[in-house]
Amino acid sequence: MDARQKEKIAALALLLITLFVVTPVVLIFILVLVRGLPALTPEFLLAMPRDGMRAGGIWPAIVGTIYLTLGTALFSIPLGILAAIYLNEYAQRNWLTRVIELAIINLAGVPSIVYGLFGLGLFVTFLNMGASILAGSLTLAIMTLPVIITATREALGAVPRSFREVSFSLGASRWQTVRHVVLPNSIPGIITGAILGLSRAAGETAPILFTVAAFYLPRLPKSVYDQAMVLPYHIYVLSTQVPNVSVKIQYGTVLVLVGMVFIMNILASWLRARLRKRKTW
Amino acid sequence: MVKIEVKALNIWYDKHLAVKNLNLEIEANEILGIIGPSNSGKTSFLKTLNRLNELYPGTRTTGEVLLDQDNIFTAIDKHLLRKRVGIVFALPLPLPLSIFDNVAYGPRLHGVRKVDEIVEKALRAAAIWDEVKDRLHTNAFKLSGGQQQRLCIARTLAVEPEVILYDEPCSGLDPISTLKIEEAMQELKNNYTQILVTNNVKQAARASDRTAFFLMGELIEIGPTGELFTVPRDKRTEDYITGRFG
Repeated sequence: MDARQKEKIAALALLLITLFVVTPVVLIFILVLVRGLPALTPEFLLAMPRDGMRAGGIWPAIVGTIYLTLGTALFSIPLGILAAIYLNEYAQRNWLTRVIELAIINLAGVPSIVYGLFGLGLFVTFLNMGASILAGSLTLAIMTLPVIITATREALGAVPRSFREVSFSLGASRWQTVRHVVLPNSIPGIITGAILGLSRAAGETAPILFTVAAFYLPRLPKSVYDQAMVLPYHIYVLSTQVPNVSVKIQYGTVLVLVGMVFIMNILASWLRARLRKRKTW
Repeated sequence: MVKIEVKALNIWYDKHLAVKNLNLEIEANEILGIIGPSNSGKTSFLKTLNRLNELYPGTRTTGEVLLDQDNIFTAIDKHLLRKRVGIVFALPLPLPLSIFDNVAYGPRLHGVRKVDEIVEKALRAAAIWDEVKDRLHTNAFKLSGGQQQRLCIARTLAVEPEVILYDEPCSGLDPISTLKIEEAMQELKNNYTQILVTNNVKQAARASDRTAFFLMGELIEIGPTGELFTVPRDKRTEDYITGRFG
């Protein structure tokens, strides 16, 4: 066998393995789409659940998921960006910085159920927020922070050093340099990272289990101190806690959640591509 | 009149001594050329004059640099110092902004609201106004390398410095662009003190009033450009300018 034949075999084998890797994703998607699509009627999307969730719609769970994602964004994006700016632009290379960086790496590795229990202990019980959208958002925000910090740092780090040097050379302070040179040129990366982090958070079940999720609440939440139905937990409830729920409703609910996450990811990719085109350096 | 006075200046990068016990004076309104092979400490010295070297971790200096009799390390705020002592870098480094906004960047930092006049004046002084006046709001990266470098000079001028440092400003440019920049420097002599670090010995001979020769972090010789290039006092200077090493 000569080198060219070997090359062909290698390329083919690598392609097959890669296809094999993405097969589960494709299968899940097809399955959810085929079984879930018939459930997607306006009533299913926009009505309250009835008959112990065996009929009616999932509107409160959709609204709950949106509220929770927005709440998570509200807390995690500003904090994450500011922390990343500190670490990337201000922090000296010393032991404190290394400890902070190590903590962030470990924060990213903490199992999500541990966040849920932490949120229960700190926000729900100790800070007396009760199971609420506020407590759930804060819990998810903490879980999302490492993702946003890391993505923001990468985006800041991609801005050429020379831009900063030019700014400093004209007498700019560090904050002026960050504000006028570094941030405007790293916004695309920051936004993309933030959306990807949020789309992860939107699908999490464990962190919301004790902090916000309502088993059955056929009305919309009234304030941030209210509990809410949330899609991931609703799926769990439908498939394990309530007998005799039609498969159609179960798959329909999954499809809605997957669809929401999917849309966020597409939005992130689209935004990145669009803003990258505008980039001139 | 002495504009800058350097006394016993040492510059370290971690444990490496890049400039050793440097003493020299720079006259107001002169163009001082600094020549020398790579790693002779030219750029380190230049970037110390507006404390830009402090951006690199591990940099340390001892000794004094006086700007109009004030110690730049203790008596002048570093941001104000950088406003007074501007720099033009080796490569043209426009910011990813329009031509206009590049020049306006500095004045705006320092709180100037009406920048139109300043921008035009700076672009004229850098001899690029006629080439860009009809497209001030296009992206600066659209300009050629030589134009970008003159834009960068204009950007430096726009903050109204007293001293301009040039760090091998023509290293990436063609001879015609180089000539235009050297002409611009001559025009600027009336109002600015200029220090030109260059790897191109001939450029120093053409453009500077006095020339200093650096070698391995030491000032070997400094004198009027005509003298230094015709009757160098030190053998090493002669070897360098005649191309026998470096």
